[in-house]
Amino acid sequence: MKVLLSWLREFAPGIDGDPADLADALSALGLAVEAMTVTGEVPAGVVAARVLSLRPHPDADRIQLVDVDDGRGDAVQVCCGAFNMAVGDIVPLARVGAVLGGGTEIRRRTIRGQDSFGMCCSGAELGLSDDADGILILDGLLPDDGPGGASRPEPGTPLAEALGLGPDVLWDLEVNANRPDAMSVMGVARDLAAAVGVDFAAPEWTSPPSGEPASGAISVEIVDPTLCGRFHARLLRGVTGAESPAWMRRRLTALGMRPVNGIVDVSNYVMLELGQPSHAFDLAELPGGRLRVRRAADGERIVTLDGVERTLADGDGVIADGDDEPIGIAGIMGGRSTEIGPDTADVLMEMAWWDPPSVSRTAKRLNLSSEAATRFRRGADWGDNVERAAARFCQLAAELGMTVASGAVDERGDLPDRSPLRVRTARINGMLGTDLDAAAIGGHLRSIGFEATPAGDDGEDLDVTVPTWRWDTSTETDMAEEVARLHGFDNIERTVPRSSDAGSLSGYQQDRRLVRQVLVGAGCDETQPMPFLAPDDLAAAGLPSDGIVLTNPLDAGASVLRTSLLPGQLQAVSYNQRHFNPAVRFFEIGHVYLPPPEGQLLPDEPEMAAVALAGEEAPEAAAVLSALSEALALPGLEIRAGARPGLHLTRSAEVIVAGRYVGEVGEVDPAVLERFGITGPVGWLQLDLTAVLGGPHGNRTYKPVSKYPPSDVDLAFVVPDGVAAAAVERSLRSAGGALLAEVDLFDAYRGPGLPAGARSLAYHLRFCAPDRTLTDAEVSRLRQSCVDRVTQKTGATLRT
Amino acid sequence: MTQTEEMLSELALAAAAAEGRLAAADSLEAVTAAEREVLGRRSVMAEAKKSLGGLDPDRRRDAGRAVNQVRERLEAAAGRARARLAEAARAARYESERLDLTERLNPIRRGRLHLVTQARDRLEDVFVGMGFTVVEGPEVETAWYNFEALNIPEWHPARGEFDTIFVNLGQPEEVMLRSHTSPVQIRTMEARRPPIYVVAPGRTFRADTADATHLPAFSQIEGLVVDRGITMGDLAGTIDEFVKAFFGGEVKSRLRPSYFPFTEPSAEFDISRPDGSWLELGGCGMVHPQVLSNCGIDPEEWQGFAFGFGIDRLAVMRYGLDDIRELVNNDVRFLRQF
Repeated sequence: MKVLLSWLREFAPGIDGDPADLADALSALGLAVEAMTVTGEVPAGVVAARVLSLRPHPDADRIQLVDVDDGRGDAVQVCCGAFNMAVGDIVPLARVGAVLGGGTEIRRRTIRGQDSFGMCCSGAELGLSDDADGILILDGLLPDDGPGGASRPEPGTPLAEALGLGPDVLWDLEVNANRPDAMSVMGVARDLAAAVGVDFAAPEWTSPPSGEPASGAISVEIVDPTLCGRFHARLLRGVTGAESPAWMRRRLTALGMRPVNGIVDVSNYVMLELGQPSHAFDLAELPGGRLRVRRAADGERIVTLDGVERTLADGDGVIADGDDEPIGIAGIMGGRSTEIGPDTADVLMEMAWWDPPSVSRTAKRLNLSSEAATRFRRGADWGDNVERAAARFCQLAAELGMTVASGAVDERGDLPDRSPLRVRTARINGMLGTDLDAAAIGGHLRSIGFEATPAGDDGEDLDVTVPTWRWDTSTETDMAEEVARLHGFDNIERTVPRSSDAGSLSGYQQDRRLVRQVLVGAGCDETQPMPFLAPDDLAAAGLPSDGIVLTNPLDAGASVLRTSLLPGQLQAVSYNQRHFNPAVRFFEIGHVYLPPPEGQLLPDEPEMAAVALAGEEAPEAAAVLSALSEALALPGLEIRAGARPGLHLTRSAEVIVAGRYVGEVGEVDPAVLERFGITGPVGWLQLDLTAVLGGPHGNRTYKPVSKYPPSDVDLAFVVPDGVAAAAVERSLRSAGGALLAEVDLFDAYRGPGLPAGARSLAYHLRFCAPDRTLTDAEVSRLRQSCVDRVTQKTGATLRT
Repeated sequence: MTQTEEMLSELALAAAAAEGRLAAADSLEAVTAAEREVLGRRSVMAEAKKSLGGLDPDRRRDAGRAVNQVRERLEAAAGRARARLAEAARAARYESERLDLTERLNPIRRGRLHLVTQARDRLEDVFVGMGFTVVEGPEVETAWYNFEALNIPEWHPARGEFDTIFVNLGQPEEVMLRSHTSPVQIRTMEARRPPIYVVAPGRTFRADTADATHLPAFSQIEGLVVDRGITMGDLAGTIDEFVKAFFGGEVKSRLRPSYFPFTEPSAEFDISRPDGSWLELGGCGMVHPQVLSNCGIDPEEWQGFAFGFGIDRLAVMRYGLDDIRELVNNDVRFLRQF
């Protein structure tokens, strides 16, 4: 909502002072100032000039030569790049020596051999409008000189004087949804007047009544009182083609509305000034002058003012004519059939109060909004302001030459309850942390038009009646907010409450940080791709295409939720390879979204940890898994060979912890890598962190360190390819028992000297007893039983 | 010259010769050979010692002292020779092992935590220090948790402002990507009784086209306190304490009236910049009594406040990023800067 200082002052003349201070006061009221502009300051040396002749430039197509009369006698030649002027137009001329906004000084120039003694200006160049395309033609903006005519200034008149401009301040305010009143100049003035402590009053407006009673020609029936709380209608005859006055067009323009024609401008002006939207129907198109306000039937159709045919649904509010044909969508937009046209003579002017949820639902369903709908959705005023705004409308219409019928048709439906509300002083102070008495609270509330009278046993509380312009305000808490706003947030003493518990991270959160630190220590950089995928991404990654679909995606390339971190990581690797960084080590921790099982509404959302090692193979990924396993003390970690979707058929495995599947490790399927444009292998690890950290982990028991020297034994086995090294290690451990302190696979060899289909696995074994030095005989027996167990259990042979 | 004197003089001559050889020795073997020659079993020294046995006690003592002096002198010379050789060997080893430590091959490369993780961890730590616990919730939510329980009924104009991303589960617009972390407030209040002091960091979603200042997926952190006698003054004081702890003691905070359906009174909170201007950081307010009631908490007994702000923006501010999309591009040249 934009407001002008000059306009505010028509409601509260006492508002004065430094515009920056007033802006601070507005912000402190909750009307955040998003922009402040000082307007109406036209640079010295810019004058009104009359166009005398227009001639082509002999040597330039895009420039014409303009002779203007600037009031100093001789014609002044100007080279001008705009072509929207006609001979006789009054235009702004920046004379040589004038300094425009931004510091541009106008000098005499020669353009392709032709002299230019000044510059004709656009509205944007003067800060008067946003229009930068053509020269500002002043004729439509000059102040009125009596009804119907505008005075044409003498050439040479300073522009500010010619336009009747004085300095003004324009504030662009952010108005919150709970402040329907502040969607008007009057509402902002009321708040600001209260904050700076000056008087506020709305002017009285009247128009000469014609003697014809409105009720003789128009009638309104509210069929559904839950839709329409009030319908106020006036009759105006003799619509003229007169344009609205220049001052009105200037204010509309300043507040961001485009002037259209007399009656539309009046409607918009009253809405901006008083917050009451209105709508004018062509009376000739209303059979019997009758209106019916009702809910739509499913499938009813209406062509709205914007020319679009819209299909209504059960529950939408409509205004229908005497034949019950819908001619307007309640509170949102009028219909094409009763639109004011060049032949319109008489109009029915509607000023109504619509049920906010009804308007909201329809506006949302039709995806149709308007300035009126914005106000009705927040809750317009249903009280005296309706009459005030109607009177203002009629007064302005009368100034355009229309005749206003006497009286009004005013029908009522269900209106919000405004019985007094008990407001407890102790409760207000208890919410705010203040120490205000009932008088202070009442004073704040009365300053913005609330009624507040002492109540309670000792008069320590208040009975408050909320004004009709505050639809959203109805509870004691709402009162606390008003009091806080007017008391000033800065005047509330700051205190710090203390939790009786110590703050902490949960075990899960601490372990997740540990996982991150291990992965960072392993040289992996943390990535955070967005969780959206294109429909084909899951299939491209070799995964089932069962991702949850977004119903309103921003673009088709991001319309599916990930079920695995794999596609996002591959995209990250691919991106970096395209940018000449082929070997990245990445990790990510984030949610995946699994389609919910039957009978469950929300997806399962496990948090996954993934590692992608570009240019590295499966064993590197398994090494990262080992590091994590050691850090988290995962019990019974198993790497169980098996194909995983998206992974290399013979280089992937399931990760099992304590007998439970928790993830996958290996290498990404080369076919998948090809689809993502990745060169070289990618080592891959993905763990369901929710499952891993939700399961047993982190249990460590102390074993005394032996004081006796260990005995080391190296063994190498020829192991068939079908036998897992894990199986060999299991056999070694089971044979070595408690005396086998360490097993370390130090070499895996495939190649010459070995039978086909087998490899050599070489282990360091360290034997140690807690209570003695093992004898050679003991070590020898242990060695032999290890060899025997491995060869018997796995079919491996000792390599000699 | 007695026989003894002769022997001693011979010993002296041999010793002098040996000393010369020790001084010139260029290997441990040469030192040992020279030693053995003078001090060994068949050496002049051994002969001299043997001859001492035939002397009367007085002369034996004098002659023995002289023999010992020679032996000591020779042993010292041998020690010096060994030390000299050891020193030379050490020097030679140092010279042969000389390395240029600026030849940095195979560096140990530590990875980096994502900028948003770093900011989030720091925020969590500050709030934990202030007595808060950290809670989390699902990213796909129902309309109840994302809107209705937060006092945003289906017709409310504020709903439109969230630019919610919906998913094809349940009824139309029943399930969505959470548009803020506030659903975690509701889940927390449903799950436990006050007093509640929690912060809820996490990812949130809006149907915003990604550009230099917007992402459709971003991170927020939200705080919730519900306890007896909690006031707006407590809210302002808590925010001030956080701002000082996180940004530094010289940074001030202020509250400005605003509107959120789930808090009342509502405010935006700003922090001061060094130039005296204010920067809007987030929103806050007193938990709306209706929200407490929706979670089965009696608003006459308990009061609370909530606050929230963007985590990504903090990261963007701290390093002056000119394009927030860097946070999700995962370009290693970006990731490794922090």
